[in-house]
Amino acid sequence: MSDSRTVLLDRVKRALGRTPEEDARASERVATWARESRAAFVPARGQLTPEDRIGLFIEYARAVQTEVERVSGPDAIPAVVSRYLRRQNLPQKLVMAPEPALDEADWSSQPLLRITRGTADDSDQTGLTLATAGVAETGTLLIASGSERPTLLAYLPETCIVVLATDRIVGSYEQAIQLHLDETGDLPRSLNFITGPSRTGDIAQKLELGAHGPRRLFVVLVDPEGSAPGPADRGP
Amino acid sequence: MHATSLAFEAQSKVALANPALQDAMGNIKTGWQANRTRAAAALPEFEALRDRGRAIKNHTLQHLDLYLEMFEEKVTAQGGHVHYARDAAEARTIVLDLCRTAEARAVTKSKSMVAEEIGINEYLEANGIERIETDLGEYIIQLRKERPSHLVGPAAHLTKDQVSDTFHEHHHTPRIEDPAALVAEARRVLRQKYFEADVGITGANFLVAETGSFVTVTNEGNAELTQGLPRTHVVITSIEKLVPTMDDAFTLLRLLARSATGQEFSSYTTLMTGPRREGDLDGPENLHIVLVDNGRTKMLGTAFQEMLRCIRCGACMNHCPVYLAAGGHAYGWVYVGPMGSVLTPQFAGIENTYTLPNASTFCGKCEEVCPVRIPLPKLMRHWREVQFERNLTPPTARWGLKVWGFFARRPALYRLGTSFAMGMLGLFGRKAGRFKQLPLAGGWTVSRDLPAPAGTTFMAAYKKSGARVR
Ligand code: SF4
Repeated sequence: MSDSRTVLLDRVKRALGRTPEEDARASERVATWARESRAAFVPARGQLTPEDRIGLFIEYARAVQTEVERVSGPDAIPAVVSRYLRRQNLPQKLVMAPEPALDEADWSSQPLLRITRGTADDSDQTGLTLATAGVAETGTLLIASGSERPTLLAYLPETCIVVLATDRIVGSYEQAIQLHLDETGDLPRSLNFITGPSRTGDIAQKLELGAHGPRRLFVVLVDPEGSAPGPADRGP
Repeated sequence: MHATSLAFEAQSKVALANPALQDAMGNIKTGWQANRTRAAAALPEFEALRDRGRAIKNHTLQHLDLYLEMFEEKVTAQGGHVHYARDAAEARTIVLDLCRTAEARAVTKSKSMVAEEIGINEYLEANGIERIETDLGEYIIQLRKERPSHLVGPAAHLTKDQVSDTFHEHHHTPRIEDPAALVAEARRVLRQKYFEADVGITGANFLVAETGSFVTVTNEGNAELTQGLPRTHVVITSIEKLVPTMDDAFTLLRLLARSATGQEFSSYTTLMTGPRREGDLDGPENLHIVLVDNGRTKMLGTAFQEMLRCIRCGACMNHCPVYLAAGGHAYGWVYVGPMGSVLTPQFAGIENTYTLPNASTFCGKCEEVCPVRIPLPKLMRHWREVQFERNLTPPTARWGLKVWGFFARRPALYRLGTSFAMGMLGLFGRKAGRFKQLPLAGGWTVSRDLPAPAGTTFMAAYKKSGARVR
């Protein structure tokens, strides 16, 4: 293996044919590139005021069949989740990320809702997790993996519910990652960008939802307590 | 893998006479082609992003050795393993060894063109390892024992009825026609396989040198289940997938979905860095990344280096009149359409594939839509030159070119000859406006009509219009 490594790198170097002086300059160019590529090409689309970002996020999310409902304060979450499950004719049962932030909601307010904590397995019909950020640019969710946010929750169950705080909606993917890095200082094993439920066009290019991942994606947008959402953004 | 590209002409004739295929290919125009136009128009920065995309790839290729070393260092530091494969055979051996070490009986696989290129599918099966494709399109063609016919939609050549038949035959279930029910059936069958697999194999759309991360993009979510459930994750990818930074990856990601399917962003874009961390509740324990060369370093430093910018979006084929008429299988190997006509001779040898660079009308549409601005027609012309130099051109074409060359160097004679020919063609074809049949061009007029010319030559009309001929 190490032999192939040498051969391969050697092939590359020979094809590029740099002289020793050029080599020094090449390393410099690589360093400059990294500095200059930092968020240098972010489209203007998502660079808006906070309230407009939320509006744009909702617009793009709904365009790809994500269902969105906006509520005020974490205590409103359990009722909205329970109502959603009822509307979809799904059992009042879900597996939830062991994320402490989700405990801010008073889940005991919905006594019918049966909740387990952890990652999903094949028998779970509904998973619930917390988004690291929302990206207004394309209505995309970012979920950073970790011991409190297992990734499979967003992929295995047929229905995926994601809680997203409105003050975590940023303009671009780059800003979403930066938000995570600022808080944790570390790249997780997996940064999952999710834009709508699972889909396929593999049968005669006809769009079908729920190919492998969720058939339904429901986002509960939570405003910090006290700041009422604008009436136009209220969910169905 | 054996290429049947030399039979392009025969294979495309069969394709043109196949109504199901023509039906399926029609979907591409109304779907992906139209969607791309809409998505590109909806993002004001799209053209600027294309320039940036080209610059990112050019810079990376110019410093590929440095970025390879950087990537390897980062992956290793996170507990992953990088393997280098000089060619397809070595790549196959590496992957098989990794499967054996994991004591794998079954592997799940999410779509990877490099995996197709190195022929891993047949190889694993020949060595007693069950392989299950998880991308729905790949799964359908696995059942049908076919090759992918498109970069993004491997089963783009099939109609819904053909899928119904295939599932009915292989799943031993009643024949269903509803596409939603077909998708649900595949979901049910494949679900079990995810849990049974010991190794998950995926490709990668981009490798990020500064962080040692890699990116997968799907709409189905199958890559995440493929790498997330088994204990071992093997990534089969190639050296030109590198980009310097995460921001560079996102610039190219903004181009990828819009160019491929016309989506604003694919449903699932995942950036993975290293194996499962302490405390993680899921994710693979072992991570192996196989970096394949297989002829790519031969393209570096040559005219074909530009081809290494390709991000495998499929836009060039979605807009290619030849591809849309002939379908992907006519190209006879893994890569199809205009990008295939440039890449396949590199991988399978020009002597086995010289028909491909000629399978073009040189309309230029592919270059027009390529997100990283690869001059595909120019590169196809390069192959034609190589082909002519190596004496691979058929004698009639050689003779024709020589005759043309004789006249082309004698402009007066050339104009005399062409104006005579145009006059004759115009005279005979003017009434109907087109020829359904032409002597000596029967092969051409079987599946299309030749519009009758105006009866004059361009040069004559140009002169008459009063424009200055320089
Ligand atoms: S050549 Fe360009 S258009 Fe074709 S697949 Fe590659 S990147 Fe896309």
